[in-house]
Amino acid sequence: MNYRALVIGSGISGMQAALDIANSGYEVILVEREPSIGGHMAQLSETFPTLDCSQCILTPRTVEVGQHPNIRLLTLSEVVAVPPPQPPPPGGGEAQPLLPGGGEAQPPPPGGGEAQPLLPGGGEAQPPLPGGGEAQPPPPGGGRGGFRVRILRHPRYVLEDKCTACGDCIKVCPVVVANEFDRGLAARRAIYIPHPQAVPAVYRLDPDTCLGIFPLACGKCAEACQPGAVDYDMKPEIVEVEVGAIVVATGYELYQDEGVVTYAYMSHPDVMDGLEFERLLSASGPTGGKVIRPSDRTVPKEVVFIQCAGSRSPEHGLPYCSKICCMYTAKHAILYKHRVPDGCVYVFYIDVRAGGKGYEEFVTRAMEEDDTVYIRGRVSKVFPRDGKIIVWGVDTLTGNKVEIAADLVVVASAMVPSEGSRRIAEMLGIRVDEFGFYTPADAEMTPMESGVPGVLLAGAGLGPQDIPETVAQASGAAAKVLTLFEAAKAEERAQQALKGTGSEQGTTL
Amino acid sequence: MSISYYPGCTLSTKAKNYDRSGRAVAAALGLELVELPEWQCCGATFPLMLDDSMALIAPTRVLYQAQQAGERVATLCAICFNVLRRSQALLKRDPAMLERINWFTEQEYRGQVYVAHFLEVLRDDLGWETLAGRVVRPLSGLRVAPYYGCLLLRPYEEIGLDDPEAPVILHDLVRALGAEPVDFPYSIECCGSYLTVKQPQISETLSQDIVTSAREHGAQAIVTACPLCHFNLDYPQRETEAGHVGNEVPVLYFTQLMAVALGLPEEDCRMDGHYVDPRPLFTLTPPQPPPPGGGEPQPPPGGGE
Repeated sequence: MNYRALVIGSGISGMQAALDIANSGYEVILVEREPSIGGHMAQLSETFPTLDCSQCILTPRTVEVGQHPNIRLLTLSEVVAVPPPQPPPPGGGEAQPLLPGGGEAQPPPPGGGEAQPLLPGGGEAQPPLPGGGEAQPPPPGGGRGGFRVRILRHPRYVLEDKCTACGDCIKVCPVVVANEFDRGLAARRAIYIPHPQAVPAVYRLDPDTCLGIFPLACGKCAEACQPGAVDYDMKPEIVEVEVGAIVVATGYELYQDEGVVTYAYMSHPDVMDGLEFERLLSASGPTGGKVIRPSDRTVPKEVVFIQCAGSRSPEHGLPYCSKICCMYTAKHAILYKHRVPDGCVYVFYIDVRAGGKGYEEFVTRAMEEDDTVYIRGRVSKVFPRDGKIIVWGVDTLTGNKVEIAADLVVVASAMVPSEGSRRIAEMLGIRVDEFGFYTPADAEMTPMESGVPGVLLAGAGLGPQDIPETVAQASGAAAKVLTLFEAAKAEERAQQALKGTGSEQGTTL
Repeated sequence: MSISYYPGCTLSTKAKNYDRSGRAVAAALGLELVELPEWQCCGATFPLMLDDSMALIAPTRVLYQAQQAGERVATLCAICFNVLRRSQALLKRDPAMLERINWFTEQEYRGQVYVAHFLEVLRDDLGWETLAGRVVRPLSGLRVAPYYGCLLLRPYEEIGLDDPEAPVILHDLVRALGAEPVDFPYSIECCGSYLTVKQPQISETLSQDIVTSAREHGAQAIVTACPLCHFNLDYPQRETEAGHVGNEVPVLYFTQLMAVALGLPEEDCRMDGHYVDPRPLFTLTPPQPPPPGGGEPQPPPGGGE
């Protein structure tokens, strides 16, 4: 058994799982596709229902992950292959989940005595008879022995151990492009750090826009870099690691289908999704937390929030409820009113789903204390006219058509699984539903278990969920990994002890 | 190529210009529209009650007449198109209903006729490029707002002619004729439909918004594929005792626009009888005496007669 875990994705969920496992003394490899960790939570302004500053509660975690002696952090990296598991050993029957419902409830063997099969029914967990053959070799690529995982490390073009994050390079870089972290609301250079609190605190050279990689037209950042951290010749590399368990925490992104969202003017700068608005509200965002319209940089006085954009719409989008939008829209409304007290907020909703501790009170606060207008009905159309964004909708409580000339429209787009999660699912043999969300073996009783032995699930890749839920789930998945490790360890001890009884009369027990 | 054609009541009465220009255009393009030898009203509305088999009798009779003539029937009227296409879809998925109606009508409709809109024939059988090649009088510089209305597009599951939220079929046609399609936010908004009979003020308000929006977006003309939309957009712009306001936007059937672009004679364009004369757009003959009955409200076409 390989007592090392792989965590795929370093959002709040992956970080939590990695920290829980690492703090229990096991090694963790944390793989992240982006240049820095923290996921979407790092982009948020405040969190509901407490209105905590998201960066402030997240940064201690990202720093802890970055400095943890048991966590090996691989940013700009992707899992590209997990060689398929071998067929089950003869006589072993079907591959059984390592943690079937009952297995985990067994107390660990009390340090000796008879060797109990820890995994009921599992063929490969046969108690070896005294004097019997050798322990079976672990099947590669999954199951008991662990997984061989190939990870593609994209070049950062900046040496992590040399970069001091001084920022001299950005002063000389001539390339200006949209900053993905700020959802395009701000610019960055071709060499950049996504945000000031980024972990690892290392710059990255974007090869798609840099003029120094190909063709070699510019070398200004390398000249400016005193420690000599810029390396244009860095190449992608594949590393292969062996791990005993995998936590898949690949998270979500926002539904982007413009046509289906109906609000076909999503390309208009003053119509934005929830994450863009988070960046606009964020004190560390491109405007320093000042709410301004991207088109003309004026303060928007009338803001329309549209809930259920793409979600709960079997005809035109996705049938499921995206779950967090009612809460984050209420949060947006409150935060906007705090910044623009004389502004008007209109929220179009189907019904308010605020199921959670303190959630209903939070929405009530948005409606009553912060004086926002909630309109029960959907929006049919959004289009620009005379510098305003016209929103057509219906108030189903009065039966009237509603037209609002808004300065800014914020669309609460549905959560969908992040790009590439289907590929991960295929590699690991995880089932996905029709939308690409991971499907656990048993949604009620084993919500974090994929059904593939040793592969655990956590976070929004399982379905829309908020931060507390995702953190709880990540800790749950980590606990399952630890259970797996501890059980295997106990079994190893027991087997060694049994071997001992064969030759040395069991004195070691 | 010939194709069965179902004109419907409105195109035989109030919207003869649509029918005439449609047939002329089809003939000019080598698509012969062969009128069904015997036809009757399609029923004019698709029944929304699930068990309303009586209202399905009329469209089923039309479909049976079409079946006797071939596999496919084309319409010009968007209302007939909607009723027939939806009825056909319903009869196809509900064999018990089909059997019941056949029992009553004593006709053996087999549920297989394909109901096409003439726009669909142009797009799928002829193709926009071929059409563009036949244009002898390109409408260059003419800014035309395509107005789709509701019945040509919705409900998508049964109609499926084009994207109901962002349709392009009329845009493509306008472009093929050399004119410039004008995007405006009201192109798929309702004109008020039959409310023009019972509560005309509602439909006038709605159509005013549509026409105003088209004008503000720079349209010189509006094209439509529905006789009721045409009436609802055209009639409120009629000349009153004070005369025309001067900012009217002529409303044309797409077939009339095609007739002009294909260089057909004026009697095939049939630009007379509009409340807002579209002829000045094309510098055809100067306006004739005011349209018949100008100023005096006329019963709308496309009614449920």
